[in-house]
Amino acid sequence: MSLTTQPRSRRETGVDPSPLGMPLPHGLASVPRLDPDGPAPTRKDYASDQEVRWCPGCGDYIILNTVQAFLPALGLRKENIVFVSGIGCSSRFPYYLDTFGMHSIHGRAPAIATGLATARPDLSVWVVTGDGDALSIGGNHLIHALRRNVNLTILLFNNRIYGLTKGQYSPTSEQGKITKSSPVGSVDTPFNPVSLALGAEATFVARSLDNDRAHLGEILKAAAAHRGTALVEIYQNCPIFNDGAFDAIKDRDQQAARLVHLVHGEPVRIGAEPSRQVLVRVADGALRFVAEAEAAGAGEVVVHDAHADDPSQQFALSRLDGAGMTQVPMGIFRQVERPTYDDGVRAQIDAAVTTAGGPADDADLHALLAGKDTWTVE
Amino acid sequence: MALPWSAAGYPATSEVTMTNDTVTRPAPTRLRRVVIRFAGDSGDGMQLTGDRFTAETAGVGNDLSTLPNFPAEIRAPQGTLPGVSSFQLHFADHDVLTPGDAPDVLVAMNPAALKANLADLPRGATLIVDTDEFSARNLAKVGYAASPLTDGSLDSWHLHPVPLTSITVEALAGFETLSRKDKERAKNMFAFGLLSWMYSRPMETTKAFLQSKFGAKPDILAANIAAMEAGWSYGETTESFATAYEVAPAPMPSGTYRNITGNTALAYGLVAGAHRAGLRLVLGSYPITPASDILHTLSGLKRFGVMTLQAEDEIAGIGIALGASFGGALGVTSTSGPGLALKAETIGLAVSLELPLVIIDVQRGGPSTGLPTKTEQADLLQAMFGRNGEAPVPIVAPRSPADCFDAAIEAVRIATAYRTPVVVLSDGYLANGSEPWNLPDIAALPDLTVEFATERNGVDESGRPAFHPYARDPKTLARPWAVPGTAGLEHRIGGIEKADITGNISYDPDNHQRMTDLRQAKVDGIASTIAPLAVDDPSGDADVLVIGWGSTYGPIAAAAREVRAGGGRVATAHLRHLAPFPANTGDIVRGYRRVLVPEMNGGHLALLLRARFLIDAQSYARVRGLPFTTGELVDAILATTESA
Repeated sequence: MSLTTQPRSRRETGVDPSPLGMPLPHGLASVPRLDPDGPAPTRKDYASDQEVRWCPGCGDYIILNTVQAFLPALGLRKENIVFVSGIGCSSRFPYYLDTFGMHSIHGRAPAIATGLATARPDLSVWVVTGDGDALSIGGNHLIHALRRNVNLTILLFNNRIYGLTKGQYSPTSEQGKITKSSPVGSVDTPFNPVSLALGAEATFVARSLDNDRAHLGEILKAAAAHRGTALVEIYQNCPIFNDGAFDAIKDRDQQAARLVHLVHGEPVRIGAEPSRQVLVRVADGALRFVAEAEAAGAGEVVVHDAHADDPSQQFALSRLDGAGMTQVPMGIFRQVERPTYDDGVRAQIDAAVTTAGGPADDADLHALLAGKDTWTVE
Repeated sequence: MALPWSAAGYPATSEVTMTNDTVTRPAPTRLRRVVIRFAGDSGDGMQLTGDRFTAETAGVGNDLSTLPNFPAEIRAPQGTLPGVSSFQLHFADHDVLTPGDAPDVLVAMNPAALKANLADLPRGATLIVDTDEFSARNLAKVGYAASPLTDGSLDSWHLHPVPLTSITVEALAGFETLSRKDKERAKNMFAFGLLSWMYSRPMETTKAFLQSKFGAKPDILAANIAAMEAGWSYGETTESFATAYEVAPAPMPSGTYRNITGNTALAYGLVAGAHRAGLRLVLGSYPITPASDILHTLSGLKRFGVMTLQAEDEIAGIGIALGASFGGALGVTSTSGPGLALKAETIGLAVSLELPLVIIDVQRGGPSTGLPTKTEQADLLQAMFGRNGEAPVPIVAPRSPADCFDAAIEAVRIATAYRTPVVVLSDGYLANGSEPWNLPDIAALPDLTVEFATERNGVDESGRPAFHPYARDPKTLARPWAVPGTAGLEHRIGGIEKADITGNISYDPDNHQRMTDLRQAKVDGIASTIAPLAVDDPSGDADVLVIGWGSTYGPIAAAAREVRAGGGRVATAHLRHLAPFPANTGDIVRGYRRVLVPEMNGGHLALLLRARFLIDAQSYARVRGLPFTTGELVDAILATTESA
């Protein structure tokens, strides 16, 4: 599996350059780092003393292991890392990490994280949420966090089912799904979380799979480096209420023929040699996979541009997959730089304080209270 | 045009008579108190006129109280009853407790304003109308078959028919660049000038105000000032206004004063509270009438480090505030009743997390959208009980516009000292009403310094140092406020019931009982830090206690004063804290033969007093969208006294 980020050098710039090579700050630029000469933290340092209570075989275990193994690599002081979650199986996540954490209420984690990240630039703030939490009850907060571009990373565990309430269809369940609350099939049209995020002005959108730890680790790294809201959709298996939902793309034999690994700057391909196909834009503008040998005559080869400001092609890629999971894009769909909301809020305050000559004191406050029209009674 | 008021501000009577060589006017008649109501179309600038008259009145040292009253529609159809906007001002040479029951003077800018307000105007009061607006069309719009100006129906009032619009236009004849419409728009300043003459108010600060408002449009600025001066001259030179009046300054405690509305005072109180606590103020808020001015005011205070985040909805507003509090800031959210309903679940989370949070509810008429621009007190029970589970929350209520400042500081004190969400119940009357405010000495405000946790405070099962997020301060029962970024204090909190001390998830039955009891005991314990309920009972032997909360303070105090002036005996008490009640509340309410509870709701406090103290509290409950009048409360008190 190819890496989706470019090599970075801290030696040259002092801070990590953005993956775009632009001089914009790294996602963690304002978060205190560990002493490079001190003891290196391990995965164990990030495991809390709480017993993990997901169902046996739940995809959440693999994601937790991946995150615990990944966090030391950030090189941050763990007291400066905060995980905020909503409600649902995935939202128990913070209890199992030895960082600061808040298990909040259904759907509201992006709003709470927005307040925290804006008030505290020195924190690395993560949101853990699920398809019901983020896309149903919390849909409004999700889209507004994305458009504002608050500096936080949202991990959306998508198992296409309500697990904690024991098996109702979710906003990502396929139409016709038989569940406890849809005994003759769901009539709801599902959301495509990546399409939704792209439509909501997201600056970083990626997708990964719970059992592909190497890929997920790389995506997490790029997401943490991104300054702004990073949305990572993680396909996650629920062994109890929606078991095997992603088997078609996890099966080693079928995987290659179904997964589309998005690599910035490279043609969009599916399948393995010798039957590998490449995506072309045909005469009517539609995207179609054709055999690589025939690509030149079929149309314009689509080269993935995750950094393009116009999200049209990224959106088109998010629509490649239908209900059949026959061509599922994985990787980073979009990765662009845009000023963040929290940096903007703090900059306005800093400017006002600087213009006034420093933080307000008692005299400044008194002047505020007095206003312009006062009178004195002797 | 030479104008006869001194540049220093207050127009000396002698100057007026001396500098005018055509008319010799008598010296102004001295009055103790005056209630003026300006009424017109929403677009006529009545709120601005009222605000300016208030500022000038404050400047001459009168005590005052104001009542803006405007429709929810930004611009209802012109000239119609739904479009009428009014501003009432009560000023006096003594302390003023209410905006006044009934106006002594009504300025009606059109037939709709006359029709909507005449019923409040006592017979014999002064009525000034803009006759230009009494056209057949405008009369028909509000259902007048004949002009009330000529059919004799206004004979019981002291009517001054003034062609306000045409005189204004005439006075601005020299302004060739302005359209007739522009000139007509200055008529509110003509009315302002006329009333300023009648009540001997200076106009200097209003000139300065206009200068800052219209500085970029010199023509408009000059026209407004000219209209204002023309209004003054009109009063002085027209026989129709025989007398000017003056109201002497009220004796007030020494100090520097300003006039302030409740919403501004509340915003400033939050800033002062955060300043004294050494915390950054973070407001998460969604615009809603009548609370939006708090968001507006705070968003202009970046110089004070105040962060305002306009959220996508009410729920996000409080979520942002709670997230900021988790990070060690003072999280605040501001709203009105419908928003409080939406925030309920997050308030419950804050109860469980035991983090500081201030929730401002500027109450308005309900249910549902209700009366967005009118006042009511019907959120008391929502604030107290409107959450799932046992979720006790302290409640603080300001009693006057200026008192909003102190109430906000008190809310910050409780929230930070006890690590709890606190609800402040203001209302639409307090929000937009104003009164003089004796500026506080910042250094004398309560010291609210907060100490964050820095060290591990316990040991784990194997005896190693550990942080226990739910270990409590033995005195306040508050838990440590351990903010992210503090090494060694990494911990997880959440809405699931937590084990006592460790904060780990717990479904243990006894633990849930214990944690529920602890949360209640923590809130109950606040009573030991608040002042006992004070009773005002000058005769010392009253049978009737009138007890209220929030913005009814003024009308209740004014009514009690009137009853006592008539020889009646009545005691009053006013609650600032609704949860917990002051410790002596039960003793006080049980000590009277009758307890009368006036409230602008269906009887919330009466219900609580009955339930809590087993007394036969009598409710005087009205929801008319307006503050109580002194008169109706006098009647209610007398009726209760007679039955006692």
